Amino acid sequence: MKRAFPILAVLTAALLSFALYEALVVAPTDQLQGDVYRIIYYHVPSAWTMFIFFLVNFVASVVYLIRRNLKADAVAVAAAEVGIVFCTVVLVTGPLWARPVWGIWWTWDVRLTSTLVLWLIYVSYLILRRFSSGGQMPVLAAALAVFGALDMPLVYFSIWFFRTQHPQPVVGGGGSTDPRMLHIWLINWAAFLCFGLLVFWSRYRLEVLRREVEEIQAMESLREA
Amino acid sequence: MTIASLTRATLIKDLRLEWRSKDALNSMLFFALLVVVIFSFSFDPTAEESRQIAGGLIWVAFLFAAVVALNQTWARELRNQVLDAYRVSPAPANALFLAKAFGNFIFVTVLEALMTPLFIVFYNLRALGPVYQLPIVAVLGTWALVVNGTFFAALSIRTRSRETMLPLLLFPIAIPALLAMVEATGAILTGELSAKFWIVLLAAYNVVFTIASLILFESVLHAE
Repeated sequence: MKRAFPILAVLTAALLSFALYEALVVAPTDQLQGDVYRIIYYHVPSAWTMFIFFLVNFVASVVYLIRRNLKADAVAVAAAEVGIVFCTVVLVTGPLWARPVWGIWWTWDVRLTSTLVLWLIYVSYLILRRFSSGGQMPVLAAALAVFGALDMPLVYFSIWFFRTQHPQPVVGGGGSTDPRMLHIWLINWAAFLCFGLLVFWSRYRLEVLRREVEEIQAMESLREA
Repeated sequence: MTIASLTRATLIKDLRLEWRSKDALNSMLFFALLVVVIFSFSFDPTAEESRQIAGGLIWVAFLFAAVVALNQTWARELRNQVLDAYRVSPAPANALFLAKAFGNFIFVTVLEALMTPLFIVFYNLRALGPVYQLPIVAVLGTWALVVNGTFFAALSIRTRSRETMLPLLLFPIAIPALLAMVEATGAILTGELSAKFWIVLLAAYNVVFTIASLILFESVLHAE
């Protein structure tokens, strides 16, 4: 298992370089948008990766609530942190792309608002973890993760209806995707998934080790007392 | 003892304690009044505009007043080690949660009942749509805030900065409910659109989160 880590690291480096080359050099220049659109090769795969990691967090939280297995909690926190990083990438690259193309930094349409709310929920999750102490923290955090997951469909649905009542000022997206673009999206997605997995794995091991160290320290202080 | 009788006993105890001391109630009332006045200074629209934005103003004011009410939910229990006593007793945790939630609901409803006439006066509000829907929105919206607020208050009492944690946890999760409340109130006041979808959404939100809170409260109470 431990030997797979360096192999994954090398694979990730290779995929990321290849994906960068594909996105910046090989990809055809867009008719309407010019070269600005290339940020989409980072924006869209980051969004897909973010969803996967948040899903992992949700499943790990439910597993923790049922089984109280601390490894599930370690998976949950690692997945949440990596997910938030990718979510931040989505929220930053989006406006960077939108400003030259749509003329506006932000609009309160369904996808943007839902992504922002998702980011807020997970940041509050991490804050709860940081501010609560010791043994109870995994339970509280898992409960919040479940609430967040239950909330997301409601968020999406409510904003969708809000937007059909008040249509957005800019008609964004649309048009068909060049099949070559899809190919590059998938390569970037694979690269980001590998990178995310690498960071997730490191964070997971870090969390497990941190708990072991805490336990040992607690036992020692008990013996001394 | 059944859950219903336990809930009722705890609720009556809370209400009686509050009625005797009136700590929380007085401070909340004055806070609510201050919020209304400050909002009225900050947003001073004409009659037509006021109907469109009143929904947002009123519910944001209610939200802040509700947070003040929710923050003191478990304070008395913590001071007197009631939570430990509850944990060792065979009483079902849900009874405690429901009693707290209903108690908060009553507090926040009293606050709203006192703030609403002030808003009507300061903004010269008059509903152009079906007025009977306003109490429905108020009840559903208040329960949405209170049920999640009581649950997150229970989460945040176990954290370092208690008072700050509650809004941090509550606001993101409450966004769809807030949107629904604001839009429904705006729709009813302006009479331009139907509030039915938002009312249904609020009802669905309430069902989902009441069930989730009831299922998870036991774990939270017994955490650690």
